[in-house]
Amino acid sequence: MKLKPKNILIHSILILICILSLIPFLWLLSTALKGQNENIFAYPPVFIPQDFTLDNFKEVLRLVPIVKYVINSFIVASITVVLNVILSALAAYPLARMDFKGKKVAFFAILATIMVPFQTIMLPVYIITLKLNMVDSYSTLMGYVGLIMPFAVNAFGIFLMRQAFLAIPKEMEESAVIDGCNSVQIFFKILLPMVKPTIALLAIFTFIGSWGEFLWPSIVLTNEKLFTLPVGINNLSSAFSANYRLVAAGSIVSIIPIVVFFLALQKYFIAGSNDGAVKG
Amino acid sequence: MDSKKSLCAYLFLLPAGIVLTIFFFIPFFQTIHLSFFDYSHDVYVPEFVGFSNYIALVKSPLFIKTILNTFYFLILCVPFLVIFPLFLAILINQNIKFKNTYKILIYLPVVISIVVVAIAFKWLYAPNGLLNFFLEKLNISQIGWLSDPKVSMISVALVTIFKGVGYYMMIYLSALMGVPKELYEAAEVDGAVGFKKHMLVTIPHIMPMIALVSTISSISALKVFVEIYVMTRGGPLDSTKTIVYYIYEKAFENLDMGIASAGAVILLFIVMGFSILNIFVFERDKYKV
Repeated sequence: MKLKPKNILIHSILILICILSLIPFLWLLSTALKGQNENIFAYPPVFIPQDFTLDNFKEVLRLVPIVKYVINSFIVASITVVLNVILSALAAYPLARMDFKGKKVAFFAILATIMVPFQTIMLPVYIITLKLNMVDSYSTLMGYVGLIMPFAVNAFGIFLMRQAFLAIPKEMEESAVIDGCNSVQIFFKILLPMVKPTIALLAIFTFIGSWGEFLWPSIVLTNEKLFTLPVGINNLSSAFSANYRLVAAGSIVSIIPIVVFFLALQKYFIAGSNDGAVKG
Repeated sequence: MDSKKSLCAYLFLLPAGIVLTIFFFIPFFQTIHLSFFDYSHDVYVPEFVGFSNYIALVKSPLFIKTILNTFYFLILCVPFLVIFPLFLAILINQNIKFKNTYKILIYLPVVISIVVVAIAFKWLYAPNGLLNFFLEKLNISQIGWLSDPKVSMISVALVTIFKGVGYYMMIYLSALMGVPKELYEAAEVDGAVGFKKHMLVTIPHIMPMIALVSTISSISALKVFVEIYVMTRGGPLDSTKTIVYYIYEKAFENLDMGIASAGAVILLFIVMGFSILNIFVFERDKYKV
């Protein structure tokens, strides 16, 4: 490959930005790998640990149930994904494909929810969740339910699925009607299989969103057994604020699952930017 | 439009409808309802007070400060998040090697929980941390990143920018795919190269996306919370206390639900202003019935 001066400039800028986006995490990793005999505040800072050790990781895993947090986050994120896909697809179908009384009302009611941030209604949501006993003080199961239900469906998911259904040619459906299929059959046998790429997209972004959610779990959770990763790690960082090696080790452990998930599915993340398939 | 068909449509809408009613519509109206009551004397015996909560808020110097802080934060992040990711997207969109590697690395902070990002930055911002070391190397005196009220909001905004750049870059990249190649060729024939070519072709063509990014990033700036909760708790001297942080404090720490709800309604109006502008000006087609 011939390197033109212009390309050298472009590569240098991009490499610099990549380094900048990694440095905070690499510095955490470096801190987590430094042993008790090494000053983590050393001047000048040392990137490569001199007293290399994995003790901080062993220690943090012994003191804090991070694996439990990972399992909780995984349960919550997975069920949130499943509910979002099902509920969004079901609601999107009539909005895209049927004529019915009150369609405009339903459409604008859902659209209006986009304008209202969760932060402005979180207090009544909390009160309702308490009244419905969807909290961990009632039972573990209800604790999970309370974490999940407020995020089981949202307008973005519904509109994303609606866009996908709108893109399917009407003829597909008409021929099915002639074959004697009813709405339910058309939905499951014809429309749903055709929007698989959109479902994958909705699933992945819902998963990432749910995995990183902090505000709501930090409000509803009282029992450490149900802590999700962000709540657990925030708790760890306040509890061990004096021991930064442990906080760093815990943070690094906590990002491994989502980084693996991201790298495994990276083609979905960058697909939209490669072929313009994603028009969210 | 027979009634059987309508019934079928309602059945499909029902599950989402139930969830949205319980966890969105009821809480929405309840927020407005609560904002007219006073809970500060007794949480169990609220007293109807009309608009007093709103009047109290408007008269409260702290609340006014949180509004100003929130807009200061917005001004710090939004212009950068609108322009810089576009610049990166244009660079990556060239015919260069390692495209995907760059995209993945720049997108990485987006998938990592904001809690961890905030913890990582708290460590970088430490008084004898990495950032102050670099400043010393450059012969600049140390900065109290999170302890100096003049700087703290900038430090918080840097975290939001760090977490957001990759996200908006991807949005711009998908928009750049839609710019017809012929337009660039035509511009080249007319003698436009490099920067000028993008000013003439790219920018006008992806203007709707620039508008969208401005709206999304403004609305998320108005809702900022976690960065502040993890790094500064609104301090020092309330310099990073934003509207959402204020609502959170009133609702869940002081149990003053009336004031918290009135604050939430005010935030709601601000956010709705931005959203309505976006939906009716830029995204009309997408939300057509």
